[in-house]
Amino acid sequence: MELLKINNLKVGIEDKLIIKGLNLTINLGEVHAIMGPNGTGKSTLANVLAGKPGYDVLEGEIIFMGKNLLEMEPEERAREGIFLAFQYPVEIPGVTNANFMKTAVNEIRKYRQLEPLDAFDFLQLMKERAALVGLDASYLQRNVNEGFSGGEKKRNEIFHLAMLEPKLAILDETDSGLDIDALKIVANGVNSLRSPERSFLVITHYQRLLNYLTPDFVHVMYDGRIVLSGTKELALELESKGYDWLRNGNNGSK
Amino acid sequence: MPNDELLKEITEQEYKYGFVSPIEQEFAPKGLNEDIIRFIWEKKKEPPFMLEWRLKAFRYWKSMQEPHWAKVEYTPIDYQDIYYYAAPKKLKEKPKSLDEVDPEILRTFEKLGIPLREQEILAGVAVDAVLDSVSVATTFKEKLEELGIIFCSINEAIRNHPDLVQKYLGSVVPYTDNFFAALNSAVFSDGSFVYVPKGVRCPMELSTYFRINASETGQFERTLIIADEGSYVSYLEGCTAPIRDENQLHAAVVELIALKDAEIKYSTVQNWYPGDKEGRGGIYNFVTKRGICLGENSKISWTQVETGSAITWKYPSCILKGDNSVGEFYSIAITNNYQQADTGTKMIHLGKNTRSRIVSKGIAASRSNNSYRGLVQISKKAVGARNYSQCDSLLIGDKCGAHTFPYIEVNNSNSIVEHEATTSKISDEILFYCNQRGISKEDAIGLIVNGFSREVLNQLPMEFAVEAQKLLSVSLEGSVG
Repeated sequence: MELLKINNLKVGIEDKLIIKGLNLTINLGEVHAIMGPNGTGKSTLANVLAGKPGYDVLEGEIIFMGKNLLEMEPEERAREGIFLAFQYPVEIPGVTNANFMKTAVNEIRKYRQLEPLDAFDFLQLMKERAALVGLDASYLQRNVNEGFSGGEKKRNEIFHLAMLEPKLAILDETDSGLDIDALKIVANGVNSLRSPERSFLVITHYQRLLNYLTPDFVHVMYDGRIVLSGTKELALELESKGYDWLRNGNNGSK
Repeated sequence: MPNDELLKEITEQEYKYGFVSPIEQEFAPKGLNEDIIRFIWEKKKEPPFMLEWRLKAFRYWKSMQEPHWAKVEYTPIDYQDIYYYAAPKKLKEKPKSLDEVDPEILRTFEKLGIPLREQEILAGVAVDAVLDSVSVATTFKEKLEELGIIFCSINEAIRNHPDLVQKYLGSVVPYTDNFFAALNSAVFSDGSFVYVPKGVRCPMELSTYFRINASETGQFERTLIIADEGSYVSYLEGCTAPIRDENQLHAAVVELIALKDAEIKYSTVQNWYPGDKEGRGGIYNFVTKRGICLGENSKISWTQVETGSAITWKYPSCILKGDNSVGEFYSIAITNNYQQADTGTKMIHLGKNTRSRIVSKGIAASRSNNSYRGLVQISKKAVGARNYSQCDSLLIGDKCGAHTFPYIEVNNSNSIVEHEATTSKISDEILFYCNQRGISKEDAIGLIVNGFSREVLNQLPMEFAVEAQKLLSVSLEGSVG
């Protein structure tokens, strides 16, 4: 089943064209990776999908589960099942992780016309899902990301993912700033959340995350477009040849 | 005839006939002079000592200048252009049903979850509901009387308990204290009085809401609360529902007196009209609130949630005179649009081992300005005194301001004074992060603001706290695009 379809997407920020005609289709249950050098529009794509203000969509369309995604507010997109694991998660003063998740989960349940979870079930669920990424229960009672280390923040993002059970999870450079142990924990967490009912879009600069998260498809983004698509072997090839290979004019498509 | 002249003629005419003892008259003409004060005094049927006191206050006030040290700006107030006495509105002038009440107010009532009956009372609708409240109030009053607790309007107290009033009125806030206190002393015509006798623990929260004829906010309110030895009382002022008033200037005085081993807890939720989005027409609230812990081991605790008024100038304070006495101040002040708040507290440590605690949470949104101003003063004799102050500010958007002005004076070497302050901001990044987790902007702000204010909200009586929590969100509506 087709979950996400992006047709000829063009996006600018303040008169500068960043994404210059991008096409991508993701079916339910698939894991796609997007690789590419810095500044080619990978994070812009993630932000536009999540609905972050400040981007001008100049052309093209994004269809998510048959609906026009670009017409939805960011919170509606989240409730429809789009999740973004942030590259730089923010700290929220005065709000505990537990309370934040409870509000988020119940907002999403309300949107899907489900009853709110009762306090006991919710606590159980939180502890279980926090354990997936090795987050101690004490992190639930701390303010969201406040005083968390870089690695803890990234693990907390995957914990949120586990709680909100999205249809499409976008991981924006989740591996950046992680040491190898933290990377394994995050990757294991993500792997345990893979399901035929969930798709992933993994944005990364390096191939190393893909050693742990085996993608079904790998796309290479360069200068605002997807210039190469293939399977996980493409990632390895890219790793050995480097991004300069792309700059030297190899713009061959799929 | 031009308006000014007409007005002049009417006022002079009144004067000619001497409105010192008019019977039919419902209001005194605009302006303030000794005759107006005599008029108020007569209207209220007060004993002679009150006239003398009011006149002294007035003469002193005339020698004073309006203070301008606070971080607030407003067009000058013309004190001769204000009515200082008007009888309560007659029933027929009141709205006949909620249909006649401003829909904006009704919308807010709904958001706060106020029951229909209460809405009618709050909006001053002239229906049976008012009678209901009278009967509730009567049952309430009987119960208090059994315990010897006096809870009545200040006017009744002046007439029926002149000894108590004469002893304590102005003992904490003398009319010489400041410009607005002097003005209030000269002209006040409404307010509450509480006396809790020795060893009595008042079994219920006392609230002006249950006081008959208290549905309208007085312009110059005077409140006096006396807790005799070993007694306890919790008093609630105001309500979460929005209060509109034709009077722009409000200058209240509240005095609390706690004798040996007594405790007074005073909670305020203030939600007066803050003006429109451009800041026009809001209420100026210049209040003097002060309590004295007169006896040993006594305690006074102020809790305030300030969300209304165009200008708030307010520093609920404690004079810790009795040894081992305790003063507390918990405050949430929210400003939105063009609101200005300059609020805080004074803790004056005079007795030995006196302790005080200040927790202030200022929240500024839109183009508003929010200032904390506090004084902790420890006298030479206050050996072993301790103070802990915490002042936190939360900014929403980038056009508002939060300011902290702490003053600390310590005059002995074995006291401990601690001060902590933080500033946080609800940025667009935080809001987007919340949105991405399925939470709308308004809910996100509510969540953050309530988390930020929790420590103070916890100090409020249960039912009040729930309403206040909703009020915080409603007050910040529209603070982000």
